[in-house]
Amino acid sequence: MSGQHRVVGQRHRKIDGRAKATGRARYTADLSLPGMLHAKILRSPYASARIRGIDTSAAEVLDGVHGVITGADLPETYGIIVWTRDEHPLCVDRASYVGDGVAAVAAETVELAELACRRIKVDYEPLEPVLSFDDAIARPQDAVRPGERAEKHGNVTKSVTLSFGDVDGGLRTADVRVEGEYSFENTNHVSIEPHAALADYDAAAGVLTLWSCTQVPHYLHRELSRVLGLDQSRIRVVQPAIGAGFGGKSEPFDLEFVVSKLAMVTGRPVRLVYSREEVFLAHRGRHPMRMRFEVGARRDGTITAVRARNELDGGAYSSFGLVTTYYSGQLLPAPVKLGAYEFSSTRVFTNKPACGAKRGHGSVQPRFAFECMLDEVADAIGMDPIELRRRHDIGSNVRTINGQRITSNGMVQCLDAVERTSGWKEKFRKLGRGRGIGVATSMYITGTNYPIYPNEMPQSSVTIKADRSGRVTVLCGASDIGQGSDSALAVIVAEVLGLDLADIAVRTQDTDLCPVDLGSYSSRVTFMCGNAALDAARQIEALLRKHVAAEWACAPDDLVLDGSRVFLRQDTGRSASFADAVWLAEAAEGPLVRSGGYKTPKLGGDYRGGTIGASPAYSFTAHVAEVVVDEATGFVEVVKVWAAHDCGTAINPTIVEGQVQGSVYMGLGEALLEAQVYDEKGRLTCPNLVDYKVPTAVDTPEIEAIVVESHDPEGPFGAKEAGEGPLHPIIPAIANAIHDAVGIRLRQIPFHPARVLAAIEASREVVK
Amino acid sequence: MKVLCTLDVNGRRHELAIEPATTLLEALRDHLGLTGTKRGCDLGDCGACTVLIDGAPRLSCLTLALAVQGRAITTVEGLEDRGRMHALQDAFDRHGAIQCGFCTPGMLLSVKALLDRNPTPSESEIREGIAGNLCRCTGYQKIVDAVSDAAAELASARERGDA
Repeated sequence: MSGQHRVVGQRHRKIDGRAKATGRARYTADLSLPGMLHAKILRSPYASARIRGIDTSAAEVLDGVHGVITGADLPETYGIIVWTRDEHPLCVDRASYVGDGVAAVAAETVELAELACRRIKVDYEPLEPVLSFDDAIARPQDAVRPGERAEKHGNVTKSVTLSFGDVDGGLRTADVRVEGEYSFENTNHVSIEPHAALADYDAAAGVLTLWSCTQVPHYLHRELSRVLGLDQSRIRVVQPAIGAGFGGKSEPFDLEFVVSKLAMVTGRPVRLVYSREEVFLAHRGRHPMRMRFEVGARRDGTITAVRARNELDGGAYSSFGLVTTYYSGQLLPAPVKLGAYEFSSTRVFTNKPACGAKRGHGSVQPRFAFECMLDEVADAIGMDPIELRRRHDIGSNVRTINGQRITSNGMVQCLDAVERTSGWKEKFRKLGRGRGIGVATSMYITGTNYPIYPNEMPQSSVTIKADRSGRVTVLCGASDIGQGSDSALAVIVAEVLGLDLADIAVRTQDTDLCPVDLGSYSSRVTFMCGNAALDAARQIEALLRKHVAAEWACAPDDLVLDGSRVFLRQDTGRSASFADAVWLAEAAEGPLVRSGGYKTPKLGGDYRGGTIGASPAYSFTAHVAEVVVDEATGFVEVVKVWAAHDCGTAINPTIVEGQVQGSVYMGLGEALLEAQVYDEKGRLTCPNLVDYKVPTAVDTPEIEAIVVESHDPEGPFGAKEAGEGPLHPIIPAIANAIHDAVGIRLRQIPFHPARVLAAIEASREVVK
Repeated sequence: MKVLCTLDVNGRRHELAIEPATTLLEALRDHLGLTGTKRGCDLGDCGACTVLIDGAPRLSCLTLALAVQGRAITTVEGLEDRGRMHALQDAFDRHGAIQCGFCTPGMLLSVKALLDRNPTPSESEIREGIAGNLCRCTGYQKIVDAVSDAAAELASARERGDA
């Protein structure tokens, strides 16, 4: 495919690579302004408490303290989902988890702000916290979020049941039925950059500027306006370089409102950088989930029915929970075709840090359960698990049982690729006791088909400005969080306009300059911003062709744009620089600035919730993992992972491989090590990177990424997502490999040695 | 009370007035404007603040600035040579070993120290060399690839007598 394109599909350096390699890239915490103050937030030591009063006087009198605010100063609520805005920047009358912000200080130094926080006296009335799913259901009267909703629903934030086809019949007529209860831990994103925000308020103009490492500048822009009582037209949100997100920066956080308000109160710029502990407390990580699955299958491997019951522990606030609850069911009915499917998902509030979106939002947990159950089915009917998935792949240009439209689908090529490269046929069931190999697959959305607040405007817009110098500037509200979206935009524009990447400036970080994009979440940027960029670039291209053709008395199609020049196809001697072409077009048309937009087609099933999980394209992934299990210690070593991913078209294969490898790594950490654990008072027991363990380079195996290209009909140059889908299969692939190695089925992550050893010992007792 | 502190950073001598408890990380970032060195945890766990002190990788968040006076301190800003990236920086960029880039400065200094003491590391030696530097984006694969490649490149440059 790369042969058809000049730039797309080639291995380019990222356009921000050099700045990041040399330390010149500036992240939010690197920025400072003259007269800048430092802010800190005082946080609740109780998981649940009424706040009877706050006395800030002892903090205010400290020399060098310029502003102290409490919840009373910011009474308006916010939230990423417009229907469930239930957070205050600082608690108003109750604290709902250990770490909930109660008051904030702006002072000359960080140390002084911390000292001032310690001097604030808060009169708490501690309450008995709700700390688990079962507790939340059993104690509806002890509402974590009291109010009208709680009177009716107790601690249940969302409950969904959707049923497609005859599930009872499918289970009844199945030749084989497998059941299992699975559970998934609370895990954090652990971006290495802690959240940071810097605000500057121009009182004369009434304009607030906020620099923040957010993944969603547009949604933040809207919520700032609501909470601060400033018109959106008086707020500018700027994104410096972002030190990763993984979903952990994909909604507004307390610090963004706090620095803004403190800047307005003090008249000075204010910066706040989270400590690592605060990153864990702000959380929004993966929902702990308990999942009960029943799967029915025929002897040929046809899945006749799946019934899933999912329980989600959401923590103290709604966050993305409405969507998570749907995603926990809606994203399962492919790549393996299901005869009938029903899921019932319930999310509750508990007095713990809120869970939200983490890479593979909502669907990583049920995917773990289901892919392990497919392995059990294959075992029961005596079929190779790769063969089962290949035979029952849903295919392309079909609808899933829940009504989602699948266009391109490279699943079978992915399975073939991992089967071949891993040496599967020589290894599966043949490696001997203690060593094993396992497979799993998944599909994932390439963006969602609806914005978080309902509107008919484009989901992504791009403005391209061609300058007389020959330089082209691409303006887009997208957020490059390290995944390389700025580079993808540059490649797409370079391809259309025949430019070198060095001729293109991508500016994606400023709501004053850039048209709206909804943000870096749900793997939407390459597809949606890419299509918007393609639209804008083609408009500029048409103008250049038209006016150069007029000058040279040829047809527009006789021209070739390449190497930052325009050539006459039939006569390679005649050419003009790109800049000269811009002069011609600008003289005739006026300024060469054009905008493009992208909006998804109408998608989704015709039922309530049918649009959640609907996407213009789906990616597909297959993983094979090889493990060694030490039966004496229970230690699981993952030896190697082969990961094949269908990304449609690789705009830049190096970046796609990096996304696949990074996804495998992140899921591997969840499979083997990571768990955000709380004590009986709701206190986080692992608020640092020693007690919360993420894999180091030594813990991480070789990861072979294989790029499969199915060329999506609607993606820009055929591209689909690569950043989230490839996380899903690694956890069940490891679980299935452990089964191949030592014959145990692990249904609870992480697979740490004590748990593995206990399962091995239990299996020995069964054998006796 | 502030005290005077003399730091030799990237071949230049700086004199600054700091509180005695000021860490090297704070001195570099807040006093010298060398923000390439990153703060990821402030507890010595993540490795983002790694710098070289007399050629050895050290966590600047756990190092008092006053304790390293007179020692040769190298930060990411000191890796380029007259506007040319070090072979490691170039290899990281070329291999896609940089995603968000936040761990990159510390990671580069750890691998520079590794190659200085072991110019031909095996894959497992490279992994051990960066075990104190957490990266959440890359899965380390392209970092390992980049270091192997840079090591080979530096070795052939030495053979040619360029280095």
